[in-house]
Amino acid sequence: MAARKLNLKERYSLLTRDLDWEYSYRDKKEIFPYEEFEGIKITDWSKWEDPFRLTMDAYWKYQAEKEKKLYAIFDAFAQNNGQQNVTDARYINAIKVFLTGVSPLEYQAYSGYAHVGRQFSGVGARTACQMQSIDELRHVQTQVHAMSHYNKFFDGFQDFPHMHDRVWYLSVPKSFFDDARSAGPFEFMVAISFSFEYVLTNLLFVPFMSGAAYNGDMATVTFGFSAQSDEARHMTLGLEVIKFLLEQHPDNVPIVQRWIDKWFWRGTRLLAIVAMMMDYMLPNRVMSWKEAWEVYFEEAGGALFKDLARYGIEMPKYAATAIAEKEHISHQVWSIFYNYTHAAAFHTWMPDEKEMDWLSEKYPNSFDKHYRKRFEHWREMERAGERFYNPTLPMLCNTCQIPMGFTEMDDPTLTAYRQSVHKGERYNFCSDGCKDIFDHEPEKYVQSWLPVHQIYQGNCGGADIEKVLSEYYRINMGKDNMDFHGSPDEARWNEWHNLQSAEERLKKAG
Amino acid sequence: MTIEIKTSTIQPIRNTFAHIERRFGDKPASRYQEASYDLAPTTNFHYRPLWDPELRLNDPGRTAISMEDWYAFRDPRQYYYGSYVQARAKLQEITESNYAFFTRRDLAGRLPEGVREKVVRCLLPLRHLEMGANMNNVFGSAYGIGTVLTQAFLYNGMDRLGVAQYLSRIGLILDGNSGDTLKAAKTTWMEDPLWQDLRRYVEDVLAQKDWFEVFVAQDVVLDTLVYDIFYGQFDESMTEAGAGDLAMLIEFMQEWHKETSRWVDSVIKTAVAESDANREQIAAWVGDWKQQALAALGPLAEEAVGPDAINASAEVLNKRLTKAGL
Repeated sequence: MAARKLNLKERYSLLTRDLDWEYSYRDKKEIFPYEEFEGIKITDWSKWEDPFRLTMDAYWKYQAEKEKKLYAIFDAFAQNNGQQNVTDARYINAIKVFLTGVSPLEYQAYSGYAHVGRQFSGVGARTACQMQSIDELRHVQTQVHAMSHYNKFFDGFQDFPHMHDRVWYLSVPKSFFDDARSAGPFEFMVAISFSFEYVLTNLLFVPFMSGAAYNGDMATVTFGFSAQSDEARHMTLGLEVIKFLLEQHPDNVPIVQRWIDKWFWRGTRLLAIVAMMMDYMLPNRVMSWKEAWEVYFEEAGGALFKDLARYGIEMPKYAATAIAEKEHISHQVWSIFYNYTHAAAFHTWMPDEKEMDWLSEKYPNSFDKHYRKRFEHWREMERAGERFYNPTLPMLCNTCQIPMGFTEMDDPTLTAYRQSVHKGERYNFCSDGCKDIFDHEPEKYVQSWLPVHQIYQGNCGGADIEKVLSEYYRINMGKDNMDFHGSPDEARWNEWHNLQSAEERLKKAG
Repeated sequence: MTIEIKTSTIQPIRNTFAHIERRFGDKPASRYQEASYDLAPTTNFHYRPLWDPELRLNDPGRTAISMEDWYAFRDPRQYYYGSYVQARAKLQEITESNYAFFTRRDLAGRLPEGVREKVVRCLLPLRHLEMGANMNNVFGSAYGIGTVLTQAFLYNGMDRLGVAQYLSRIGLILDGNSGDTLKAAKTTWMEDPLWQDLRRYVEDVLAQKDWFEVFVAQDVVLDTLVYDIFYGQFDESMTEAGAGDLAMLIEFMQEWHKETSRWVDSVIKTAVAESDANREQIAAWVGDWKQQALAALGPLAEEAVGPDAINASAEVLNKRLTKAGL
């Protein structure tokens, strides 16, 4: 019998979609209990368009090939002491932020997609989510393996999962993903698949990987290249989710719009740390945060939202505020971390003269006017042996959990400050966007585990801040924290490079 | 004489991550260890899930089983993502070549009379059972505790999707890609009285809330019986009936189950050894589900293999349970 030729869509359908059946011994709601409470209306799951059509045999094959190449490079990198070849030891702090702040989010994504990959009653969506779940597991594990070698030579990587659950600034990314995972399954998809993976990924994942490429970090950039095709799948899932929800029922539109508003704002706050990384932590800079924001959000995002207008979806609320913030956000966040480096597991430093000039050039409207003088003053203090550290504990925004250091965009000398009162209690916010998010779901956000409150309440090992840092956070004091200048990281780096300098070798040979 | 390339050695300041060192001591760690231990968040969760407000995210309270340390579980295969996909890619390559050979030689056309119908009625409906197994293992991955365990659940879940897809391809080989066999097998799964108690069992497991119970009902009880009946005894009886070529198409399932059983045995053994309370709870679950599974599979096993088949499979399950300390 001559076999009929099946096209990809038919084949995938028979091999995946057709595996499902209508339950008759159990109520569907017992098996998928979470599909209705958010108010999203799905009238026909069969309208789901599979964003990619990978059967497991092909998945195993392609992914195994990628893994083989990736690990061969990790091995070569370690064998050849690749950590010596980065531009400068200051760079390593960017990937400390990545491993402690971002890789645990990959883990959370793995868990979150496993949850929706079980809970959607539509088999197409379920399967796509499962594939993303296992990809995210891949990402966290390969990132851990990429950084494993750096951990052997630099401080601050060693306790990353412990720190992610506890350290004050890491509650920013942790609360972001906790927020998404604790939401209903459709909000999770709009938050992570669409707002995060589709709209903002070029501003998170890509800057770190490009930073690695520009700074000689072969391990991280190789991971980045290897993950690219996974990320492309995740982006197509993000777009399919949004189109599917909007096409299923007009009542979904306002719900989805509110989620987009919320998650866009939550996302831009999370990206503040990337902004600082791009402008301050890369010895070899890729582009300024402002430029990246213009290309990836204003241009690409603008086109996307124009395309979504036919469904009745508008630009996220507060996009205009976020656009104005591109002039300021990186400088303000770097200032915060410079102030509190004694309480962080990575180093900060003041930019040198050349770097300040670069910032002046990239930020003609804001850097000289608002930041350069302050930074030069801090540099002077450091030269005089009085490096500035802020001894107080900062007030945190109740939603994004970043210390209240952002300013009003119409007056960048004035710290932005918003409040809400809920059941007689006062809550503080850094912005209208964060206040709105709280006001819409106060019962959720009163639960925020705010690190500073927790310290004051004695939940982090007592009132002695030194002990909170060293015992509860497990920061190795004097090694992981404080200014880069004078750190053991710097000393080791100098030692390696002095040993290897041509002058030294000549001396030895002579 | 040996060739010796000189490389510069730089003394590392530590051998591995601190959480790995606390578990395994100050020495270089394996990739499996660094990818698996203490990765999952454990504390200071910000918000209770809207979908389950009684509990927190990553809450150990989603099962009646309790463990002092959830990382006491082991995966004897030491699968992290990289080693997992490489192992499956190898198995996949063999399977692909089997399927290609079977198709190229048109071995389907040489099957003895009645075998094709038997495969459609007794083997192909299992593709739906595998979809249930996929969901049940992803369930364990989503709500289980500790990466050592939850990653293995996800690998198992994806494996089951793979098995369902290979079973579907068997149908497509038999029907020349028309999909008629798959349609017939689905009708059997939905309507044939022979299959209804099994479908009821699968739907019942899908409705359970305790992820460890789901694991017991699916991976321990049902899979032991199903894989022994359909990929063991049924294969033998087909071979006796002159359809030994079929074995090429189910080798993946046999190899996969042999390998995965090592992990399943280890999980059950660890949980049982942890406490009397765990052992009693697991024994109670096993008791319930085994009874239902035997009742559901009895007539099917008889049809597929013969009257003694179900007892032989029950014996395999009992042996396994005894070995695990039950």
